[in-house]
Amino acid sequence: MIPVREPLPGRTKLEIRGLHMTFRTEENDVAVLEDIALGVREGEFVCILGPSGCGKSTLLNIVAGFLTPTSGSVRIDGEEVRGPDPRRIFVFQERGVFPWLTVEGNIGFGLGRLPPGERERRIAHYVRLVGLEGFEKAYPHELSGGMKQRVEVARALAVDPDVLFLDEPFGALDSITRLVMRGELLRIWQAEQKTILFVTHDIEESVQLADRVVVMTARPARIRRIVPIDLPHPRDLSSRRYLELRDGIFEEIGLAHKI
Amino acid sequence: MTSRGRLEAILLPAAAAAVLIAFWQVAVRWTGTNVFPSPGAVARGFAELARKGLLLRYSRDSLLRVAAGYGAALVVGIPAGVFLGWRPAVARAVNPVIQLLRPISPLAWIPVAIVLFGVSNVAAVFLIFLASLFPILVSAMNGVRGVPAMYRDAGRNFGLSERALLSRVVFPAALPEILTGLRLALGIAWIVVVAAEMIAVDSGLGYLVIDSRNAGKRYDLVVAAMLSIGAIGLVLNLLVQRVSRLRAVRWGFREETP
Repeated sequence: MIPVREPLPGRTKLEIRGLHMTFRTEENDVAVLEDIALGVREGEFVCILGPSGCGKSTLLNIVAGFLTPTSGSVRIDGEEVRGPDPRRIFVFQERGVFPWLTVEGNIGFGLGRLPPGERERRIAHYVRLVGLEGFEKAYPHELSGGMKQRVEVARALAVDPDVLFLDEPFGALDSITRLVMRGELLRIWQAEQKTILFVTHDIEESVQLADRVVVMTARPARIRRIVPIDLPHPRDLSSRRYLELRDGIFEEIGLAHKI
Repeated sequence: MTSRGRLEAILLPAAAAAVLIAFWQVAVRWTGTNVFPSPGAVARGFAELARKGLLLRYSRDSLLRVAAGYGAALVVGIPAGVFLGWRPAVARAVNPVIQLLRPISPLAWIPVAIVLFGVSNVAAVFLIFLASLFPILVSAMNGVRGVPAMYRDAGRNFGLSERALLSRVVFPAALPEILTGLRLALGIAWIVVVAAEMIAVDSGLGYLVIDSRNAGKRYDLVVAAMLSIGAIGLVLNLLVQRVSRLRAVRWGFREETP
């Protein structure tokens, strides 16, 4: 049994209300999202957890403004989302970096309007933040998957957005790199005070990262349960509370934690 | 590559060429032909052409025609292809016409070119233009159409206008495929210039081939002209290959490392 904690006080940054999404094909309609309602506070780290293909990526694409929902609304800072906006950046898997630009070119991509000196300074700052010093002139195809993912995170952070959307960002990385990247994302989140919406199908990942885990059902996806993770960072992955929360979610999804 | 590997990379092709020339020499001797020239006769033919200054002048004339026709195809084909790739509705309307015209050999256009421009330099350039246009147009269209939605979404996310999205995301993302079309088109253009010069003009390497045959059956000069055409084509292809090794496009020409 997972104890439910009252939400922390704080200003609501993002609010999803009565959201439905149905894809119309020629033969039939496919309901993907049903009646999603969720509030995210400023600076909060929320993981959306669900089985593959449940529609959680669709939800993220709607919140980011790339897709229009069938009904319902998404508000950010009280303003209805009508399209993508540089104040909220979507981070794809590492395949989203631009292969024709160097590390520097990618990180500076959204900084076209800044004077050159300021642009240089920002690029250097974020190169350092994600630990890519010495690779400024390298092209993505010369980098490892983890490094490419860092480039993409840095490119997003460089425009100083309030919100980051991450769609299974570490899914294509090996398990060791994935752990390192989670640690770095948490460090960056704490340093830069962003609101983060993070989609994953990995239960462990969600419990390691999030303030709250939003557990989705299979398609059509609804919110099954919202689980607050009341563990301070850095999190001890063998502590009783961590295991309790993790196993609680495994149970919630109907998986015995055995193999 | 090891030094031994490098040596082999030079020696083996040289040996293959030597065997071929020897075979040619033996075949000419053995058949006792007095029409087909021996390698030595062709070498003397080269020397004669060089002495008269024809080799350089005709090569230059052919290359200038290619430059004009191919250049015009670049200027028209790339923007048109990018536009069609970016506007799928327009592409759907125009595509059947493109697909109908594309398989027509540029040589079939020769009568049309002559009707339009007379037996002239312009007719030859027009043929090269037509021959280069379709590969360039189609590769630009497909290149733009194939740009992953992820890149476009990322560009829009950073607040790019449609124009900036085209120039900063869509065009560079499509560039490797466009370059492949450019390379293909240049090869075709070089083939077509030779054919066009046989009909429409009185200079160039294609003219040299046909003129050497007609004026006194000089097959030594015919073969010398053929070999010049091959050599220049080879150099052109190597030059375009170079372009695809530039770092900003190299990603599109090899398997991505995992």
